Amino acid sequence: MNEQQQFDTMVNIMKPEPHKILSVTHETQAEFTFRVAFDKPTHNGQFCMLSIPKVGEAPISISGKGDGYVEFTIRKVGRLTQGVFDLREGSTLFLRGPYGHWWPVEETFAGEDHHLLIISGGTGLAPVRTTLNYFYNNPDQIASLYLISGFKDVSGALFNEEREKWSKAEKFHTIYTLDASEAPGFETGMVTAHISKVPFDSFGDNYNVAIVGPPPMMHFSALECMKLGVPEDKIWVSFERKMSCAVGKCGHCKINETYVCLEGPVLHYPKARTLFD
Amino acid sequence: MGYKLNALTMDGILDALSKEYRVFAPKWDKAKKNVRFSQIRSVSEIVTDRQSDFSTKEAYYPISQVMMYFRSDTVEEEQLADERKILIIARPCDINAIRRLDTIFLENGNPDFYYARMRKLVFFALLECKESFENCFCVSMGSNQTDDYCMAFRFEKKDDGTAGDTYVEIKDPAFASYFESVSENDMVIDFKPKFVTENKKVMHAPDISRANLKAISDMEYWTQFDERCIGCGGCNTVCGTCSCFDTSDIIYEEGKPDGERRRVWSSCMIPNFTETAGGARSRKTQGANMRFKVFHKFYDFAARFGKENMCVGCGRCDMRCPRQISFFDTVNDLTKEIEKLEK
Repeated sequence: MNEQQQFDTMVNIMKPEPHKILSVTHETQAEFTFRVAFDKPTHNGQFCMLSIPKVGEAPISISGKGDGYVEFTIRKVGRLTQGVFDLREGSTLFLRGPYGHWWPVEETFAGEDHHLLIISGGTGLAPVRTTLNYFYNNPDQIASLYLISGFKDVSGALFNEEREKWSKAEKFHTIYTLDASEAPGFETGMVTAHISKVPFDSFGDNYNVAIVGPPPMMHFSALECMKLGVPEDKIWVSFERKMSCAVGKCGHCKINETYVCLEGPVLHYPKARTLFD
Repeated sequence: MGYKLNALTMDGILDALSKEYRVFAPKWDKAKKNVRFSQIRSVSEIVTDRQSDFSTKEAYYPISQVMMYFRSDTVEEEQLADERKILIIARPCDINAIRRLDTIFLENGNPDFYYARMRKLVFFALLECKESFENCFCVSMGSNQTDDYCMAFRFEKKDDGTAGDTYVEIKDPAFASYFESVSENDMVIDFKPKFVTENKKVMHAPDISRANLKAISDMEYWTQFDERCIGCGGCNTVCGTCSCFDTSDIIYEEGKPDGERRRVWSSCMIPNFTETAGGARSRKTQGANMRFKVFHKFYDFAARFGKENMCVGCGRCDMRCPRQISFFDTVNDLTKEIEKLEK
């Protein structure tokens, strides 16, 4: 009768699947990494909707991946994520995904004469961790990789072993920094204070910048990059937004005509900077 | 083809329809003291002399619905409780509003399972609007007309206020069979519903584009709502085009995993609509929330989907607001402010 009544109702895009938790790692007092059995292909920077017991769903970035598993690094922040911290190895976690646009790692970032700058704030290191490990494991695909990773203080510093490993890698240049305190192995100051140390002049035209963290940190990092002569089309950012569906329906993540769940979370900066909340 | 039927005959038709359809129409809710789309059995229940307080969407997109049940290691979809078709007797603005909901739920990414399985059961009967109500501006929004209906009805009242004759247009021949048994005394006529062509209120839609979006975003104009709007979300609740929802999980017994996931209508005017787990809000003021709503209804829905503006001009949000904030005035005043901006 009418065309609208022909649509397919077979697939329930909101239905999560049960996945076994393989291990739980305490990164810091407040941040745990859950390794979960998972065999779908994922891209660097994508996220899944995790069912947080007693609460509901929340979008969580994939912070690690390997043969038959993915990892999620979750920060204990109040009521919302509490239930997930009661889960143990062997527990079932319901999730769906992966969702969203990813860092253009293989498409744009990779290249034997390409340079990459990654700037992360706090837990923002999680969504770029798979990208960092991609280049750590494939050093022939990058000329150099600069990482500026900031944390509020040393107790919040994530992935200590991996950061150590990255800092020793031949093509990696790492700056770990604490906002206002001092600790061995860390500089002091906001990430923006360290961007000028990156030798953009030596990169020629072959470089890209990935920025992820709290909105003000991303904003000022992008501005600082542009002040140093980085064209805006070399910058990518990743947005964290409230989402109840991650499939373009619930409306929470929308900014103007853009649905972050569908077009993001990774957005090319020329687009991202034109979204006004 | 059409009919003019007395109330008794029309009730017989509704009775026959009810065997296959749940028939929804604007109906007085005694307990809540308002008019909402509810199931009806008799033409006398249909409220025609005023606008309904809520839109039609709740007839098939419930305020709260169970999506699935959780056991320790499995998740089970909620089954449809009633697979009967749904006939909604609605005005043109409301039928047009549902087309906007269809766009979000069926065209924005993959189709939504729960919406789609209900929506495919929905059929429309047009409720003729004889005249415009106080808050209507449907003509400005182009939503005063529709041809997306199976039947059209004009419900007349007798002098004593009881149900009078019903004029019927059968547009979809599939519905003709319900009328085959009407007696010869009931007139077979050629009835076509009329549409409202003029409202008292005229909306001058603002000219918002990518070129002026930032300037409009930054306008002082929005701050007037910071204090005035209390963020109750009533406007979104009664809106026929608002589709946003939250999900929330309930466990049946503390310490056990069994529970359910519900989805519940949400509202962009509620202060924590954008709040993430850490407590950060993307939009921090009621002015920012109002701007978001106005942009959605008068700019970005149209820009994203290449369609008409989202608002259908039913005016229910203006009827609902406990702080007498008129969305109609808000948008019209914005249009004037934008004109000043561009001079």
